[in-house]
Amino acid sequence: MTIFFIVRRSLRQHLLSTIVTALSIALAGGLLLSIWAVKDQSQAAFTQVNIGFDAVLGARGSKLQLVLNSIFHLEASPGNIEESDYLAIKHHPAVKRAIPIAVGDNLRGFRIVGTIPELFTGVEYALGRNFRLAAGRLFTDGANEAVLGSFAAARLGLGVGATFHPYHGLVYDPRNQHADIYTVTGILAPSNTPADKVVWIPIHGVQTMSGHDVRAATEVSAVLIQLRAPSAGFLLDLKYNRQGNRLTFAYPIGAIVADLFDKIGWFDRILALIAYLVALVSAAGILVAIYNSMDSRRRDIAILRALGAHRGIVFASVVVEAAAIGTLGMIAAFAVYWAITAAAAAIIRAQTGVLLDPLVYNPVMLWGPGAMILLSALSGVAPAWKAYRTDVATNLSPLS
Amino acid sequence: MSLLEIASLHKSFVSPGGERKRIVAIEKFALGAGEQVALRGESGSGKTTFLHLIAGILTPDQGSIQIGSADMTRLGEGARDRLRASTLGYIFQTFNLLQGYTCLENLLLAMSFGLGRDRARAVALLERVGLGNRLHHLPRQLSTGQQQRVAIARAMANRPRLVLADEPTGNLDQRNADEALALIRQTCRETGAALLLVSHDAGVLSRFEETRDFALLNTVGPEGGQ
Repeated sequence: MTIFFIVRRSLRQHLLSTIVTALSIALAGGLLLSIWAVKDQSQAAFTQVNIGFDAVLGARGSKLQLVLNSIFHLEASPGNIEESDYLAIKHHPAVKRAIPIAVGDNLRGFRIVGTIPELFTGVEYALGRNFRLAAGRLFTDGANEAVLGSFAAARLGLGVGATFHPYHGLVYDPRNQHADIYTVTGILAPSNTPADKVVWIPIHGVQTMSGHDVRAATEVSAVLIQLRAPSAGFLLDLKYNRQGNRLTFAYPIGAIVADLFDKIGWFDRILALIAYLVALVSAAGILVAIYNSMDSRRRDIAILRALGAHRGIVFASVVVEAAAIGTLGMIAAFAVYWAITAAAAAIIRAQTGVLLDPLVYNPVMLWGPGAMILLSALSGVAPAWKAYRTDVATNLSPLS
Repeated sequence: MSLLEIASLHKSFVSPGGERKRIVAIEKFALGAGEQVALRGESGSGKTTFLHLIAGILTPDQGSIQIGSADMTRLGEGARDRLRASTLGYIFQTFNLLQGYTCLENLLLAMSFGLGRDRARAVALLERVGLGNRLHHLPRQLSTGQQQRVAIARAMANRPRLVLADEPTGNLDQRNADEALALIRQTCRETGAALLLVSHDAGVLSRFEETRDFALLNTVGPEGGQ
């Protein structure tokens, strides 16, 4: 095709301008793709994270806070509940499994969570997947032993046999060191769940840690619950949330996290608006780059016309050139996208333990480039019109 | 029958002052197939406008320009573009090569508007003008004489029946001018194309068996031309 022949040469002739403009498209396109992909993937990943549980029972308060604290190991605990409450739900006929957790300590910023070994032996954190030890063995209930999540172990630089003092509170403060000494007995294999960033110890350890309130020695922070049937969740919701006023029953976990994403939806919209604006600005960059070069192109256009090129070919070649710059930019945008999402995934992993895969397909990977290339082509229309109207005779100077 | 027949051709422009100024007024002109004619004319006499009219780059106010069986003045712009690409070769004083294209690409592009790209023929044409070893050079990497030879090869790319040459040696030194002129005439003879050359250079005009005075042809006179 003659148009593509002309466009290739023009891109080569204006190479620096082509590269700079395509790079601006790449940055804009990469940003656009990343915002959508990270948003969608985060939402999908976080609403699916329940590490194998249907519900959480905790102190009276926000369901979201309870889920964030007990499943994602973020936020503060809304408070403790009595052992009797734990035992009551554990023995409730609708409950298949109840795992207590206790929080309140950390190891250099990584949360220490007390629980029972059953979490690692009986629970599928995802369909068909149990927690697995990469090294060592599980802690013994009641002993000063710890099993480290893979991410926590790597960051803390601790291996099997290492010892440590826990620190009081959820925030690391060197002055709040407990006297107790724990020994690492095992390291979990990566599960890509929040469990990876936790230092797990027996629940009695947290309950009876030196300096903790002895009156709370039997209390738990929350109970992770597996139900026998989903319908039981609504019965328990009625019992604890509507009829009772001491406890909160957070169910279903996915819906509560989805509610969080709904609440911060405005933030997504602002990011999307910024991405749209950046896309528009970079498309305007194409327009300016080509439009400004039109004066130097007039002679070339006149020559093309003198050789027999129809006005339509001249017009189309400028539009296709703009689209080609957009296309080159969007190809490079995938590299930018990969870099941004890889960085975002690393941050999200460090903060939450949840792993995002930047390479997962997202519809934006099709409509994003399509829209950007269309926008680029549209930005070529104004300079193309200028090219279309170029007067051949006066630009083939000199006259004789 | 002549290849090119012009009758009652008039062209005027509106000057910046708003005044309509006649540039070309030619009652009759004809050129036979394969014929070579030089038009003598001073700068500003309307020679370029005359060639632009023949090529269909400009449209006349009135008159007819018959090229073979087609009347350029009765065609729409698209048809004029096609007729120009397929029938005419144009050689300019300033060469008008596309600076972003190599020698070979300049020819291939011209072909794409006419007979279609034929790489072997483009190479053969460049070899014919002595630039077989400069196929992939950009115009700026060539001497002016070499650039004009590329322009000559490009004018021949679509096997034209008529070659228009507008002061083709105006930017060349004597030796290159002689070579270029000889090349234009020779390649036209080889392909059977007619040649209409305009120049003010007596040295160029003296090489032609037939020269005509543009001032006599164009009844507007030198002060009205452009």
